[in-house]
Formats: sequence, structure tokens, C-alpha cells
Amino acid sequence: MEKVLTRNIGPEQTPTDLKAYEANGGYQGLRKALRELSPKDCQTVISDSNLRGRGGAGFPTGMKWSFVPMGDSCTPGHKYLVCNADEMEPGAFKDRLLMECDPHQLIEGMILAAYTIGADVSYVFIRGEYVVAIERLRGALAECYASGLLGENILGSGFSLEMHVHPSAGRYICGEETALINALEGKRANPRAKPPFPQVSGLWGRPTIVNNVETLCNIPHIIDRGADWYKTLGRGEDSGTKMFGVSGRVKNPGCWELPMGTPIREILEVYAGGMQDGLQLRGFLPGGGSTDFLVPEHLDLAMDYNVIGKAGSRMGTGTLIILDDQTCPVGMVLNLIRFFAHESCGFCTPCREGLPWTRQVLQDIEDGRGQLEDLETLAYQVKYIGAMGNTHCALAPGAMEPLQSALKYFRDDFDRHISGGCCPYESHKVHQHQHQQIGTGA
Amino acid sequence: MPTIFVDGQELQVKEGANVLEACLSAGIDLPYFCWHPSMGSIGSCRQCAVVQYQNAEDTNGRIVMGCMTPVSEGARFSLNSGSGADQDIDNAVDEAADVTTVEASIDVPTKVPDKGREFRQAVIESLMLNHPHDCPVCAEGGECHLQDMTVMVGHRDRRYRGLKNTHRNQYLGPLISHEMNRCITCYRCERFYTDYAGGTDLSAQASHDHVYFGRHQDGVLESEFSGNLVEVCPTGVFTDKPLLKQYSRKWDLQSAPSICTGCAVGCNILPGERYGKLKRIHNRYNDEVNGYFLCDRGRFGSGYINSDERLNYAGVRDFNGEFSAIKGGEAIEIAARWMKTQEGAKNTQKIVGIGSPRASLEANYLLRELVGKEHFAAGFGDRESQVIHRIAAILKTTRAKNPSIKQMETADAVLILGEDVTHTAPRVALGLRQAVRNKAYELAKQAGLAVWQDAAVRNLAQDQRSPMIIVSATETRLDDIASQTVSLAPQEIALFGHAVARAIAGQPSDDAAVNEAAAALKNAQRPLVVSGSSMLHSAIVDSAAAVADALLADSTPTDSTPTDSSPTDSTPASCNSMLSFCLPECNSLGLALLSEEQETISRLLDRADQIDVLVILENNLSRRISEQQINKLTSSGIRIIALELLDNDLLASCDLVLSAASYAESEGTLVSSEGRAQRYYPVFPEAYERRASWQWLLDLAAASGHSELAELQHFDQITEACGASNDLFAPLAGVSPDHNFRSHGQKIPRQTHRASGRTAINADVSVHEPLRKLDPETPLSFSMEGLNRDQPASLTPFYWSPGWNSNQSLQKFQSEVNGPLRGGPVGQRLIEPQTNGISQSSDFTPLRIVQKGTWQLVPIYRVHGSDELSVRTAEVAELAGEAFIAISSELAAKLEVVDGDGVKINLVAAAGIDSFELSLSVKILTRVAPNCVAYSAGYSSTLALQPGALAQLSKDPDWQRATPQLIASDRSSHASAPQNNRPSPDTDIDKGRDRGEPPHV
Repeated sequence: MEKVLTRNIGPEQTPTDLKAYEANGGYQGLRKALRELSPKDCQTVISDSNLRGRGGAGFPTGMKWSFVPMGDSCTPGHKYLVCNADEMEPGAFKDRLLMECDPHQLIEGMILAAYTIGADVSYVFIRGEYVVAIERLRGALAECYASGLLGENILGSGFSLEMHVHPSAGRYICGEETALINALEGKRANPRAKPPFPQVSGLWGRPTIVNNVETLCNIPHIIDRGADWYKTLGRGEDSGTKMFGVSGRVKNPGCWELPMGTPIREILEVYAGGMQDGLQLRGFLPGGGSTDFLVPEHLDLAMDYNVIGKAGSRMGTGTLIILDDQTCPVGMVLNLIRFFAHESCGFCTPCREGLPWTRQVLQDIEDGRGQLEDLETLAYQVKYIGAMGNTHCALAPGAMEPLQSALKYFRDDFDRHISGGCCPYESHKVHQHQHQQIGTGA
Repeated sequence: MPTIFVDGQELQVKEGANVLEACLSAGIDLPYFCWHPSMGSIGSCRQCAVVQYQNAEDTNGRIVMGCMTPVSEGARFSLNSGSGADQDIDNAVDEAADVTTVEASIDVPTKVPDKGREFRQAVIESLMLNHPHDCPVCAEGGECHLQDMTVMVGHRDRRYRGLKNTHRNQYLGPLISHEMNRCITCYRCERFYTDYAGGTDLSAQASHDHVYFGRHQDGVLESEFSGNLVEVCPTGVFTDKPLLKQYSRKWDLQSAPSICTGCAVGCNILPGERYGKLKRIHNRYNDEVNGYFLCDRGRFGSGYINSDERLNYAGVRDFNGEFSAIKGGEAIEIAARWMKTQEGAKNTQKIVGIGSPRASLEANYLLRELVGKEHFAAGFGDRESQVIHRIAAILKTTRAKNPSIKQMETADAVLILGEDVTHTAPRVALGLRQAVRNKAYELAKQAGLAVWQDAAVRNLAQDQRSPMIIVSATETRLDDIASQTVSLAPQEIALFGHAVARAIAGQPSDDAAVNEAAAALKNAQRPLVVSGSSMLHSAIVDSAAAVADALLADSTPTDSTPTDSSPTDSTPASCNSMLSFCLPECNSLGLALLSEEQETISRLLDRADQIDVLVILENNLSRRISEQQINKLTSSGIRIIALELLDNDLLASCDLVLSAASYAESEGTLVSSEGRAQRYYPVFPEAYERRASWQWLLDLAAASGHSELAELQHFDQITEACGASNDLFAPLAGVSPDHNFRSHGQKIPRQTHRASGRTAINADVSVHEPLRKLDPETPLSFSMEGLNRDQPASLTPFYWSPGWNSNQSLQKFQSEVNGPLRGGPVGQRLIEPQTNGISQSSDFTPLRIVQKGTWQLVPIYRVHGSDELSVRTAEVAELAGEAFIAISSELAAKLEVVDGDGVKINLVAAAGIDSFELSLSVKILTRVAPNCVAYSAGYSSTLALQPGALAQLSKDPDWQRATPQLIASDRSSHASAPQNNRPSPDTDIDKGRDRGEPPHV
């Protein structure tokens, strides 16, 4: 398979600087666009390529860009391009790889995106913990400014763009594009009500596009080599390649660039090396912590947005989290809900109050204090927090996805916790703990 | 008007409204928290969820938030029916026949469970997870929106087994109490305080289920509008601290429609009383004036009514110079004897009266009639009289509109000349903060956004505001939203104003700032000029009129009212030029309309040798005339009769003092700076020997044999006579119904139907129910019997509706959300723009030239501190702090002083000003006009300072800095510092709490 996003990335390769990036065909897409293509042409190419957003929602990128008012339909003033590099989805680590190892690829993608929508200022809103990526991006930016790839009149084309790296102060919700915009403005990172959509009124009230790192990294290649080429890369109905990752108790956890539509079984068994010895696959979250569980019967599904969607989950970030048969599903869901409850921005009631309530119920079940009616309460929570539109943004519905599917696939485990009065997976640990207490004479 | 279907019911709704507004306007109960009628929607609480259906056949529908969903033609919603289909009408009627109230109709069982209703139950259950069950000890209990909504939605049983979150509370100053545990995170407090009122020291902090609303650290809230948090908060997080100290439930409060006397804006208020004490003041909605909000002076500045310094009995001075309390009748006899003697001697020159801008129109009118017009002084200070009469003259002749606050909020360009509006007319300033948002609304309109989409509109507009130009001597509290600020000495402000007027008329100035201001006003559709009397400089007032005039010059005169919809014609010079003046006291304009400019106190006192008796109506002359004049008066041998509420220095020199009732114990009419005559009613009967001033004067007239006045029996007749005395006052008769008015055959109750405790108040003294006090002067009764419904809005004594115990019940009294009250408008405008207005003079030459080494004194006003009466309230006095002199940082550097140091002020002698020296504490301002220093006006220690006087300044080396204020926690630790080892009685929490003494009758 042809490596596209990771052509400069490999276990033996050092991170690329401008020279190395250009030597391997870098900035060809940009040069081509500035020379030959109008912004409208670029937008058409991206639309034709059927590129879909890699941040999790899978919204067609070309269509998103087409909502930005252009020319006379836009009131005078700035337009903004923002790269969402606030990668905080549990289980996801693909953007980090792209930024740390090939920062120029992202920058080129951003310049092209900015050119397409007519933005004159752009930001990389990056997770604060990504210190290496921040450092390398800043280094790459300096190189670009020095060589005329950023700033006034880029490569003599008349197009100008400023780019800034903005490390996040750190909230999961900043991954939601309007919360990100609020954070960038220095406000509380609460998502905004939509409409208006950021494409029309975003950063500082101006038209703004927010794209994921991986999405933007695709742009230079599509512009350079065309929509048709890009469409041939996918194995299924979606085009292009995708960064897939696997975490959990597999032999070889990691991150790989594979064609869209690669079967889950291939990712798990060929690339991740299968389950660790002695462990069986119980289920997996196909796209990070806010997606529904799938189970072994879904292993032969292709990783395509619609295919995974039909199976009752979402492809999300494409980073799988594996649940094995010796790990407690209730504990796993509790751990995720704990995270989401903590990361709720506190704006709307169902999320702010409902997630901690769910956490409390799960904690009780996990600790053996669960009661039979708790399962009804959980189902009730799924119903009223989990429905899109009931909450202000998608955080809470996402948070409820693992729980809702766990109740479907692992109902027995919940029942065993409640009837047994303890977590069946940790019974030996409880004994150990008691033993230690007796042993120390406490 | 689009038609929508709610539970199958067809509703005609207002175009552009959202579903929540549409439902509430139609009288349908839909619970809500975060939405506020005047602050719009953000969609955070999710409580107003309804189900929206695609069409009549759609059986599923989807949950949408009522406050975030615009109405559209034919849209279908369900609140309770669980279906988008048309209702079976017969069925509905049968069901509805069993229930009499809207509240109960919510509980009508439906065949299909409505998923919107289920979701609303889920939301309230979530909100209650962390809400403490402390309703019995919560000040909000009984008027809590959260209680109402919980009952309305029907949540009862708790399933959550976890612990409740707790928070640390903050000390927020003497006015507001903070109890964060009760918070349901609706964001209303932050949205009001920061977004609406421009405060910077209260915000949402932290996240997830630990969101915290407070300051960055304990401290006094800085906003002049902090008291509105009490009403904006749907539960008991922010409560009225003075009320807590002498607490009473809402249902036990006796209240009546009243008008704030804190300044001239004329906000409508609802004071509440129990046990003869004024407990608290709530907002009384008037869509044209104060809307939903009051300033803190208005809300908290009436504590003086309960003061120990109130005069309870009339008093007469004996030969030793000592006062003895006497019966009212006796006092009247004495006064009549003095007055009659003079009349007997046929010397009509000898009785004179001084009125008061803080007394009612009726009392002033009576006094004027009693002493005769030629012997009456309005009671303004000399310069005050000049400016206020100038303002009255302008208002009577100008073609510009003197706008209500509602109209000011539509202004798309504002010029402020010489006023720090936040401190001189606070509620107007809050309105001006909304006016600058018209730019945002314009942008929203272009973007197709509804104006009630509050967060979206703010995000869209960011810092873009309609132009506001502030020309003032010192920094103002509106500087943060001004497009342009100019610091000038008062006489130069007037020159600036005239230059703007000329620039509008086509003669550009050399000063770019002038041209910029002129352009902004000229390009506006609804420009507003705000000025006022605070600089005591009539040239400023003239210049403001000149600007408003110039804006009208090219347009055809019209009396059309500015509305929300922008005018369709494209003429930039607007027909809707507005001109508003800030005035100092609650009846300044009324008194100015009643009197003549030359009727000043000084003029009256010039004839002191011809005066035998002087009657002073509610006027502390030491605030109006100089100390020399006071001395001259008191040593002249004139017999002085004073009607007064609170003890003051002047009373020591009076021969007879009549104990006047406060506004909360009497009735009267006040004319606001908008020219709106409004009636206030007694909230509770006068105790002791206090009587309304009009009552004293009427008795005096009768006793002294005044033939015409002796015919007046009722308060209404005084109003009528006053109305007949002057064409301008003709509308007075229509201000409010007379005392014969009955609603449903009964008087209107001042007490709620739940005020059963009233009958047991004096049970410790006697088990017999006390006879209730009659009120022959008004259509209101001191009783719980009667109906608080369907009467004219000027007679609404409190807001309550079944199921709506909180102040949110107001919506049941409105014709629609944000609309006028069902009972018609409150108050009558006395002055409307003239079609053939007189052009205002544009000539002005400044008189005073600053001498080298001296500084020109300009007054600076404070919401808390500059007002005579409110500062006699303990909480307000605490906030007022000490008098100060405000200087620029350059001058501070020159004088080598910092904030809190002392500066010695040497007044340079001039005409009417004697040389004088005093020291004041220093406050450093960011913006002061060149050659000017400002002093805190209205403070007792600065009464000797005159605006415009010149002073030399130097550092006062002997100055003692005031000790830093202690915050509450420090105070309590000081208070409980053990004197001995026994537990201090101070720690008894019940001690000091007013447990309610029976009223002294």
C-alpha cells in the first residue's frame, strides 16, 4: 500500500525539516494551487475527493468549506482557519504522530485550506501536553516564515497568511469546535449554540473553519495528485487512507496508516498482532472513548464511516480500544464516564448533572453496592442524556455511547456485580486486600 | 402573526418570537430557568424542552428547547399531549372543565406520555441532585422559582444516592448574601452581572458539576446593579442581606405600588413591610421605565425609613431651647396660632414656605397655596434652581423627544454631556448599556439571527457597539462601552456641545473629536443626547439642547415613537432625536414645573426681616444654601416650622418640627426626569405621630383658617386641584384611579391571601385580632381580603399567580412577554415634544478662566453616598465610605500622594465663595479634565465645596488614613474575640435577628 500521510514517518526516520519535507515532494501541492488553481477550484477538488473529517464526525470537508462566504457575499474583515490539534479523545494518538514527525505536512495543508476559504489568519489550537509537537511546529513555522511560505505575499502569489501555534489550557471539550473557538478568544470553553455555524460566525464573530490535524494533512496530497487518485486509495466506499490505532491488551499496540475500509480483523490481527496470550476479545470501541462497543461478530466489518454506523457505532477517530475477557466492562465504562463527567463544561443540565449521577450509579455497581433498579436508572440516563439535541453539544451523547452498548452486550456483567455484591473480576484482589489488612494486624 | 399548534391548540403568536415566549404569552405554563425575558436565550438549563413535530401525522417528533426554537407558520409542538395531532376538542373541553387554574391543567392525565414532559422531569430531577433541602431556612423559600418549577414539573422522589456537592460561600459586601450550595447553574447571575450590566467582578468559574459563580476572592460587589442578582437568581444563591437580618417571607409582607425616591428616574418599586418595618424592595415592572431591574440605591437605600433617627413625634422648642414631643393636634394648634397672629395683623408678607424636590407634588402644591405663590421658594439651591428650571424650559419647548428608558434603549448613537449617568441616573445608564448593543442587533439581523439568541448575537458582534461619545470632566462608569471619551472642564463641555451642534448643521470644527461625534449622531436613525444638572452648569444643558435641535433641523417634525423596527425611510438625519436630562431628586422636575426660576431660597431670605414664620417642607437647607445663609436665617428670629422625616442639623434651629411620613407610609405624585407623573401609595400605615406632609399641611391650612384649602378633604382632591392649577398638570387626574375605585367590588389587598400570620401578630399582647387600619385615601386596603387581579397596573401591590410564587409571576400580569402590563400604562407623561419647538441658543462664552496654580473643582457623584436620605441607611453608608477628592495620576505624582492620602484644599475666595480650607482623602482617577479636580458631591463634609470654585492643593502631612475595612469573616472573629472564657452571647445566631416587635401604635 502507498503511504501518503506517513510517507515521511517511520520507526527509523527522523522528523522532517523544511528541506527534507520539500525533498520528498513537499509544498508541491501548495505551489501548484497558488500557480494554477483558484480557491474555488481547490474547494471543488476537495469536494470531489470525498474527503471526510477525520476528527470523529466524518463531515465532508469540501462541503464544510463551501459554507464560508466568499467574495462579495462576505462582509469585509478577517477570516480564520483553525487546526484542531487538541487531541484528547481517550485512545487517540494519531494526530500527535503526524505533528511530531512531519509538521510541515500539516502546515502545508493549513495554508492550502486557508487559501481555499480566503482566510488570512490561522491557528493551530494544540493540546498543551503535546510539548514536542508544539516545539516542532513552532520550529517549522519559523522555517516557513523565513522562506516565504508564510506571511505576506506567499511565494509571490499575492496570498498572505499568518499562522500561530496556540497551546490549549487543557479541557477535553476544547475538541468541540465552538468550545475551541471560545477558548481561543480567551473565554470559557463552553460550546456555542448552533446556528450560527462557525463557517459564518466563528472566531471573533468572523467566518471560521475548524479542521482536524489529519484532515488537513490530507489536503496537500489531494491538491497535488487529484481527487480521482485519492478516491482509489480507499478499499471500501470512503476514499483515502486513515490513521488507525489500537490500544488495550494486544500484542503490538500502535498506530498505522491504512486504506479506508480496511477490515477491523486485519487491523487487530495483522497490525496489532492479535490479543495477548491467554486473553480473549470481549469487545472494542472502534473510534475512541465516545463510541459504542462492538463485539467479535463485527470483526469482519470494514472501517468505513457508514459501515460502522450501520453496526450501531461510529468510526470516530479510528483508534480502537480493546476490551479483553479479564477486564471488567463495568469498570471500563465507569472509567470512561468518570472522564467525561469530569470533562463536562458544566453548561447544560443533562450533561453537568446527569454524567456525575451516572458515574455514581456505576461506582456503586462496581463497588458491590448496586441495586436492581440501578439498571433502570442507567437506561433512563442513556435515554435522556444520550439523545442528540437533548444536550447543548455532543459530549454527553458521546459519553453515553459506551454505556448504552455495554448495557446491550455485557448486561450479564452488570447483573453479576449487583447479585454478587462485588466486582467479579476483582474478587481475588478484594481477598488479597483483606489478607494484607489481617497480615499487618491493622 | 404566525399560527402554531401547541398540544393541538391553535395559537396566534408574535412573529420572530421563540416557542417559550409564545407559550408564556399565551398563558401556557412552560417551566424555564436560564431564559430571562430581557436577557434572551442561551439554552443551558434545558428545562423548557418541548416536542416538535414535522406535521400532524408525525407521531414521533423530536425534543427541542422552547427558548432556542423560533416559531414558524404551522409549526407543531406538544408540551403534555404526546402528539402533534389536533386535539379532540370535545375531550379537551371536558377535561378543562374540571380544572380552574392553568397550574392544575398541567396535571391532566394524558393517554400518551409526552417525551418532552418526561425530559423536563429528568432535568428537574438532575437539578435537584445537589440542591440542598434547606427551603425552611432559605430566604428564597415561598418565592422561589425553583420551588415553583419543581412542583410544576411534578418531581417528587429522589433516586440519586450520592453525596451532594458543596461550595464555599463568599462575602460579597453588605447588600448581597451568597449561598452557593443552592446553585442550579442557570448562568443567569453571570449573564446579568457581566453581559447585561457590564460588571467585571462576578463570573462563572471552574467546570463540570462544580461550576462556581462568585468573585475571584471575597469582597464587595462593585456593580451598582448587584441587587438585581436577588431577583434574577431563580433560587436562593444571591439573597437580600438586609432582609436576612430582619427576615420575613414574601407571603407575610405587606406591599403597595410605589415609586423609588432615590433619584429622578422614577423606577417603579414594590416595597415590602412587616411589623412596621420596611423589609425589602423589589422591582415593579414598568415596561417603559425600569423594566425588570433597579439600581442598588433604589433597592437598598430605603433603610433610613426604619432608622432610629426618624422623627416619631412633633416637637416644639421651649424657652430653654429644648424640644419636647407633643401631640400632632397640639403642634397644629401652635403653628396655627403663629400663623393666625400674623394674618390678624393684616401682614400677608410674613408667612413664607420652602418646598422640596424630594416631597410629593401635592405637598409642594399645598404649601405654595398655603403661603401664596409670591411667598414660596421651590427649595432648590440657587445654581440648582437655574439649571433645573433651564432644563424644564427646554423640555417644554423642544421638538426633541424626552425618551423613556425603553426608548433610550433603541438609540443607535448616544452623546453624553457632563454626566456620569451610572451615578446620577443609574437605571438610565443600564438602559444606555443596552442601547450600544443596537449595532449587534443590526449585525444579527443581517446574519438572520433572532435578537433573543443572546450568546450567538454577542459572539457575532464581539466588541462592535453603536457609537457612544462621553464628554465629561472625570472618568465615568460607562467609559468601558464608549466609542470616544473626552475629558473637559464643565464650561468646555458646553463649548464642545455647541461645536457638535454647529458641525451637525454643517460647520465643521477644528477639533476632530467634535466632528467625529457630530458624524456619529448625524448618521444615526435614533440619536440620543444625555445631559443633566450634575455639573450645575446651565450652558451644558443648553448645548445638549442645541445638539438635539440641530439633529432635528433638517427633518420634518414628527411625534412618532421610536420603536424596535428601524425606520423605513433612509434619511440619515433622524426624525427621532431624543434628549434626556439627568436630574438630582425624585421630584426635581415636578417642582420645577410647579415653581418659577426666581423663587429661590436666597431671594426669599433676602427679605428675612419681613418674615415671621417660615414653613420648610422636607428640605434640609444645609444642602441647598451656604452656612452663612443658614446662620443668618437661624439668628433672624424667624419662627421656623419644619416638616421632616429624619433628624438633621437644621432641625436644632427650628421652632416647631412636624414628623413627616416617608414615601412608604404616604401617598403622593412624583414627576420623573422623563416628565412622567407617577403615584406612590402607602405600604403600611404611619406609626407614632407621623403623618404625610400633605396631611400636616392640610391640617395647618384648616387650623389657620385658609378658606380655599379648607375645602379639600381627600388626597385625591389635592391632586385634582394641583392638576387644575396648570395646563401641564392636567394629566395628573389620569395617573391613578381615585380612592373610590373598587376591583370586583372590593378594595385591593396589600397582603397576600396567605398572610394569615397577620392576625396573630399581637397575640402575645392580646388574643383579639387587632382592628385593621382603614385607608380612606386610596383604593388599597391594609388587608388580605380582595383580589389582586384586573385592576389598573398602577394599583398592583404584588405579583403572585397560582403556581407562580416567585417574581416570575410577573409574566401573568404582562400582556405578553416583555410587553406592557395588562392593567395599562403606569404614570402619565406631562410633556410631549412640541411641533413648533423653539430653537436653542448656540452662543456661549465661558466665564471662568483658571488661574495658574489653582484647580477648578468639579463635582463627582456616587450612587452610594451622594444622596441625602439613602446614605442614612447603614449598608449604604458603609458602601459610601469617606468623602474624597479625585485627582489625576499626574497631579498625584506632583503632590506626592497616593490613594488614601490626605490633600489640603484651600478655596480661593471669589464672588459668593469665601476662602476656606479642608482636607480630604485622595482617590486617583484614570481620566480627569485638565486643570480640574473632583470632589465627592453630596457628602456632608463636602457641602461647603462649590462646583466651579478654584482651589489650591497641597499634601496634608497630618492626614490619618482610614483603617482598612474589615470583611465579614474578620469582623466576626473580632466580635467573638473572647473577653473571658465564657461563651459570648454574641455567638448566639438568633441574637440580633429581629424577632418582630409589635408595631408601636
